[in-house]
Amino acid sequence: MKIIVCIKQVPAKDAPLAITGNWIKESDIGFEMNEPDSFALEEALRLKEKHGGEVVALSMGPERVKQTIKEALAKGADRGIHIADDQFAQLDPLGAANALAAAVKNENADLILTGLQSDDQGFGQTGVLLAALLDRPHATIIMAIEASEGKLKLKRELEAGWFQWIECPLPAVLSIQSGINKVRYATLKGIMAAKKKEIAALTRESLGVKSEPTQKVEKIYVPVKTKKTEFLTGTPKEVAAKLVEKLKFEARVI
Amino acid sequence: MKILVITEQRQAKWNNTSFETLAAAQQIASALSGTVSAVVVGKSVDALANELAGKNIAEVLQIEHELLESYTPDGFCVALKQVIESAKPQLVLFPHTYQVRDFAPKLAAMLGKGMIGDCVGYRLEGGRLVFVRQMFQGKTAADVTFLGDGPWFASFQSGSFRADQVAASEGGAKPVKRVTVELKAEQIRTKPLELFKEAKSAVDLTQAPLIVAVGRGIKAPENIPQAEAVAKAMGAEIAASRPICDEGWLPMERQIGSSGQTVAPKLYLALGISGAIQHVVGMKGARTIVAINKDQNAPIFEIADYGVVGDIFEIMPALAEELQKAK
Repeated sequence: MKIIVCIKQVPAKDAPLAITGNWIKESDIGFEMNEPDSFALEEALRLKEKHGGEVVALSMGPERVKQTIKEALAKGADRGIHIADDQFAQLDPLGAANALAAAVKNENADLILTGLQSDDQGFGQTGVLLAALLDRPHATIIMAIEASEGKLKLKRELEAGWFQWIECPLPAVLSIQSGINKVRYATLKGIMAAKKKEIAALTRESLGVKSEPTQKVEKIYVPVKTKKTEFLTGTPKEVAAKLVEKLKFEARVI
Repeated sequence: MKILVITEQRQAKWNNTSFETLAAAQQIASALSGTVSAVVVGKSVDALANELAGKNIAEVLQIEHELLESYTPDGFCVALKQVIESAKPQLVLFPHTYQVRDFAPKLAAMLGKGMIGDCVGYRLEGGRLVFVRQMFQGKTAADVTFLGDGPWFASFQSGSFRADQVAASEGGAKPVKRVTVELKAEQIRTKPLELFKEAKSAVDLTQAPLIVAVGRGIKAPENIPQAEAVAKAMGAEIAASRPICDEGWLPMERQIGSSGQTVAPKLYLALGISGAIQHVVGMKGARTIVAINKDQNAPIFEIADYGVVGDIFEIMPALAEELQKAK
């Protein structure tokens, strides 16, 4: 089974965000693999271990993104594809999906996996758009994958504790729900082996992708507060005492 | 501006977020002198269509087909594409449900259009529609506008508008128009099988008056008992955000948020929870919200009544002690 995993690199979880216009200042912060995508990568590696085949890690963005591709290779992906793009953060969901679709079109993969959404922009559309652009069946928010005889049986998470099994033919595109598996760490051996693995370099220009943006992020900003928060300060003991008093005599909830 | 609202039902039961989106559509239409058409999709949905006809809208579009009884992304995209092409709306609004996430971006792409998903509100700037959504897990908001011609596609996050603010029709029932769609079985590539719930949840957090919830800030499973001690001293139920349950540190049935339970207790104490939208939609109805977090910019403080910026590992034991004393 040939599996392509779409992986995004996003600002590290605890990175302080300095807003400039419609994006953040990238110069002083660390970046990491988008956590939801790490579950998709893990699922791809498990499918390969069970059914054989190849796992390809696909990512888009500036030069630094290569580091995240290398991390995927160290965990066990066989090769990488990097769509180098300094303007990646300015693309709309359809623009990004167009480039990714062009990069995988000739790969003839059996399966394309994405995470549920990215922790930065959080559009949550890439998998569904790839399916539309490549004209493949798809399913999202997947909690289990059983593959046999060219067909998948998938457990989809619905809302409010409901689930549904669905059948899906291959080739297909799936968006994986976070928590589907326990993500592995790269081993030292894996890190060494990754150094010899190939990362193909592409660009939107080399792929011949041009797309008119459908939407524009005009600005980002710290959200306006909807509630007036009373902040309690002091030593832990003082804060705890104040809080208990507030809850007991002001809010009257305990 | 003609607005189409795609409502959602399953087995003749509404997904209530549909009405929140309908309320949003009515508000946008009234500000921009537009009209609202409400779309209901399925098989045998007369009763639902009639219910929509009692709302203050221009019309109901009732889309019925044997193959639309169970949801499939292919079936819904093929059918709704025809509806949109014949109705020619400027704006198509959806409730941001798991089902909508599954097909709406594809529907938009089939028409060569883009979608602004997961919006929490909108603003009008000189007659121009600006959509507000969150980024960076709720740490920032973003103003997003459509470029180019419609139809434009957007979805509203659960809880962004109030379902009880949907205006009723003043002049009797509105017309229900049946729209026929061409749909063949071979156009649907996935096959939906049974719907089911996992082992019935032993705890019903929706009934708990007091909830103490932990998030990523708890750091390790061995720290959970410190939070449990606070809960015990308060007589509260323990709950968690999704990552904690994904890790197996607390059982899935204690998860609060869009994929877990939605609660509205008297008191919600959030320990080390940053307040990503997926969590917040499950608890923002709490009467009193207390947040303790080391990051003063954590979005949870936006909805907190009382906030403490500090180390939960220092505050939890002190709080358990003070609660004991206050008993």
